[in-house]
Amino acid sequence: MAETTITRDEVAHVAGLAKLAFNDTELDQFTTQLSDILNIFDTLSEVNTDNVEPTYSVTETVNHLRDDVANNWGQKQELLENAPLAAAGLIKVPAILDGEGE
Amino acid sequence: MGTGNFETTIGLEVHVEMQTNSKLLSPSPVHYGDEPNENTNVIDFGYPGVLPVANKGALEYGMRVALALNATVSPFIRWDRKNYFYPDNPKAYQTTQSQTPIGTNGYLDVTLDDGTVKRVRIKEMHVEEDAGKNTHGSDGYSYVDLNRQGTPLIEIVSEPDIASPEEAYAYLEQLRQAVLFTGVSEAKMQEGQMRADVNISIRPYGSDTYGTKVEMKNINSFNYVRNALIFEEKRQAEVLRAGGEIRQETRRYDEPTKSTILMRVKEGADDYRYFPEPDLSPVVIDQTWIDEVAASLPKSAGERRDHYVNDLGIEPYDAEVLTQTLAMANFYDDTIAAGADAKRAANYLIGDVNAYMNKHQVELQDTELTPEHLAGMVKLIEDGTISTKQAKQVFEAIMTGEEPEAFAKAHGLVQLSDPDVLLAWITEVLDNNPQSIEDFKGGKDRATGYLIGQLMKMSKGQANPGVLNKLLLAELNKR
Repeated sequence: MAETTITRDEVAHVAGLAKLAFNDTELDQFTTQLSDILNIFDTLSEVNTDNVEPTYSVTETVNHLRDDVANNWGQKQELLENAPLAAAGLIKVPAILDGEGE
Repeated sequence: MGTGNFETTIGLEVHVEMQTNSKLLSPSPVHYGDEPNENTNVIDFGYPGVLPVANKGALEYGMRVALALNATVSPFIRWDRKNYFYPDNPKAYQTTQSQTPIGTNGYLDVTLDDGTVKRVRIKEMHVEEDAGKNTHGSDGYSYVDLNRQGTPLIEIVSEPDIASPEEAYAYLEQLRQAVLFTGVSEAKMQEGQMRADVNISIRPYGSDTYGTKVEMKNINSFNYVRNALIFEEKRQAEVLRAGGEIRQETRRYDEPTKSTILMRVKEGADDYRYFPEPDLSPVVIDQTWIDEVAASLPKSAGERRDHYVNDLGIEPYDAEVLTQTLAMANFYDDTIAAGADAKRAANYLIGDVNAYMNKHQVELQDTELTPEHLAGMVKLIEDGTISTKQAKQVFEAIMTGEEPEAFAKAHGLVQLSDPDVLLAWITEVLDNNPQSIEDFKGGKDRATGYLIGQLMKMSKGQANPGVLNKLLLAELNKR
């Protein structure tokens, strides 16, 4: 196996940020897989990118903007029907604690 | 400032909701107080494949705030994704501008209680999205309303230039007014339209490195911010004096105990894994566009106050009251433009109009009063057509949308200034009160007061007191 470019701890950390829980076997498996993926991407580092601006957008389009006009598409009912749980017009989710969000 | 041997360093990140018509990335209406999830669509719900388009109006509002805070507007903006998972943010990322803020290197000159002016530097400003709202049930569930999701925010990040809780309070108040006068937000605290994230550290005087920061998020009252900082300043000083160490942590302000409570200890920086937003086109802002926005920027509260005091002769305190809200200041300017006497118009707005708004719990723009009608009434008083007493009735009428001159005429509220009518009454009163004439000749000023009283009674209060007084004195001197 090639040298891993991502550590098991890093995988666990990123999984935690995404609210995913992995067991030891899964962690090992994903560490290996992600390392392989990153190794393939490493091929890119063979290219000299000095003085090359990063690509932020793959099109040349700029200032594709919308005028500030409100338009209610009336999708509330359909959207709530698609939510796993809903009540009184609200999306119902497992209890969350204050301050966990941004 | 500081506590004992420590000096305090405070930085503030303020979020203000911008009252655009539509959201930052979706055309759903931005409107407070509607039924839950009424103003949502597939974009707000974070459905895949929606390819949103950014709101030009939100960017222009952001530019207004940047200009009002003396910042440089970035010539090039691309959006970034700030990733975090929370039910009030169904996309699992917030669209923001971490790498190319709409404004950088601004400042706000804050007048402190002692009259000194302190410049607080503003590091940067971002246009970004607000999240939805969670309510927590007692049934093991939380409930999510995404109406607010995607509302454009302007985030204003100060440099750590603030040295005390009082300075933080003054900064917030004056920042609120600066934003208010850009016309992008009413910044209503009670509706959560303005919220502050606060960080505070203390260090021994003379130390050249900052202490460890403690952070408090989403405080929506300036008083709470001040109280939280007062408590934190003291707590941190006590920890350090006892030989302890301040941990990097997030705390929250608890109003009942006026203290701060530990929420979580932070290990390293937040990990939001920012990356460039691939679905939104970058924005190029040229000078022409900036000039256009600058031209649409309303005059600041400070500029207006200077004008009121220096050019219109308004007392500084009154000028302060007139610039409490943009609506009031605009109304005042329009009333003056409609020809009203500056001082009298100011007195009516500060006194009777404010009292009316308080009594009926309405905003100025929700009343039927127009600048033209207020100016009309002020003019009727100034030219002597109606007395200030009669104006009370006219005032009630213009508050319900009546035209002042037509109302005054229809209700016989017209002052009597006709010398012929007034002279006839004066002659009658003087003939009936020879003693008063004696008293007047004997130098008793009280005598004229009594005679005026008699004459006002005869005219049923309609005599113009100024004209009446002049005529009476002339007649008295003739006798």
